[in-house]
Amino acid sequence: MTLATLPTRHDEAWRYADVDALARLGADGIDHWQTIDVPAGTSVTRCMTAGSDTPEVHRLRVTLGEGARAAFFVTNRGGDYTRVELEVRLAKGAHFEFGGVTIGGGMATREFVTQVIHAEPEATSNQTIRAVHWNTGTGNFLGEIKVARHAQKTDAAQDFKGLLLEAGASANAVPQLEIFADDVKCAHGATVGALDEAARFYMMARGLDPATAQRLLVQAFIGDAFVALEDEGERETLLAAALAALEGAKL
Amino acid sequence: MLEITNLHATVADKPILKGLTLSVPAGEIHAIMGPNGAGKSTLSNVLGGKPGYEVTEGSVTFRGQDLLALDPHERAAAGLFLGFQYPVEIPGVSNVQFLREALNAQRKARGEEPLSGGEFLKLAKEKAGLLKMDMEMLKRQVNVGFSGGEKKRAEMVQMGILDPAFAVLDETDSGLDIDALRIVGAGINAIMRAPDKAVLLITHYQRLLDVVAPDKVSILAGGRIVETGGPELALRLEAEGYDAVMA
Repeated sequence: MTLATLPTRHDEAWRYADVDALARLGADGIDHWQTIDVPAGTSVTRCMTAGSDTPEVHRLRVTLGEGARAAFFVTNRGGDYTRVELEVRLAKGAHFEFGGVTIGGGMATREFVTQVIHAEPEATSNQTIRAVHWNTGTGNFLGEIKVARHAQKTDAAQDFKGLLLEAGASANAVPQLEIFADDVKCAHGATVGALDEAARFYMMARGLDPATAQRLLVQAFIGDAFVALEDEGERETLLAAALAALEGAKL
Repeated sequence: MLEITNLHATVADKPILKGLTLSVPAGEIHAIMGPNGAGKSTLSNVLGGKPGYEVTEGSVTFRGQDLLALDPHERAAAGLFLGFQYPVEIPGVSNVQFLREALNAQRKARGEEPLSGGEFLKLAKEKAGLLKMDMEMLKRQVNVGFSGGEKKRAEMVQMGILDPAFAVLDETDSGLDIDALRIVGAGINAIMRAPDKAVLLITHYQRLLDVVAPDKVSILAGGRIVETGGPELALRLEAEGYDAVMA
């Protein structure tokens, strides 16, 4: 018999989690995985808006067969602790695409935690995460990439950018690469900055009020995360969900 | 239309404008010339309301309103256009979206109906044509990948679309080759040469003034207007230099 226990911040994958929120969810609420199998040669795309006024933990375990393709796009705009976790295993020549946005103020923590396992050769993965926060809101991205010893010609990329609208907000990026093959490409980048004041003034000088100027700049900033989403309607839905969360943000 | 009286302004606590007085009535194109560091760009930034520029004394009245009490976007809606010396790149935002939102924000502030997508594109096409700019460029991201000359031309397309009553053009001629200078100059004439409009044209060189014949020319030096005259003043400056003319 195994007893479900609450994760602690000593676990690497939970080090920025809101432990009070985890306690409210309870161990059983957390230890719950959704499984998605993508058979060889097939393709799946999932879009999701996560977040509400109560804590949420979404955990997905995705297994891709040879040459399969999986694309996930998520707007994470929780008003309370909201975690979206993806554990992805890639067979030969498979591709995993992830675009995620965390956005929000208040005191809440929103996070993406990914573990991408390149188990076989020639698989590719691309992750683009954008975080926009204000008040004392937090956005985290913990991205682990594992490349198995024989997974040659792996091409894995991670790109994180944080935009903090005021002092007090925070963004954390933790790339973690574990590479056992020698002929691989693994790129990762992380930057955190403030809104471009020159661009904001330029837009206001053309007549845009501060909120509209900020919305356009944030829209441009987070747009990168959904570029790979081909369905324009779905893309608009995810963008709109993110921008709706921006209402009332610090100008 | 624009009355600047005894304007004092500082940047990072350093006094730049030191008692600038200038009046520009409707129908006038008024060129401002002056040596480097005279305060020309500070003047345009103060008029536009750029953060970091502090007015310590004096007043600016625009169409009967206290301009300095307005936020930058309110100044735009009131009819002021600031042409940037260095137009800003905005990755991820197209010119079309930016300008349509800007125009409709101004129209809303003035209590006018917004333009539909179709109406806006028709207007944009007309103004782009005036500046010989391809509509494809307007579909691209704001100023991203534009050459110096293209940025200035795009500024003038923006001015055409927004149709302001008053334009402050800060060294619009910098970075332009001879052909682009003619196109931009002709654009300024077409858009702003009207009895109910006025322009403050900040420039270093006579060559733009050959195309946009100013009604008045003022010399800005040491944070003040030290001399005002007709177009001949610019020609004298070009021939003799600031030191000789101001001596």
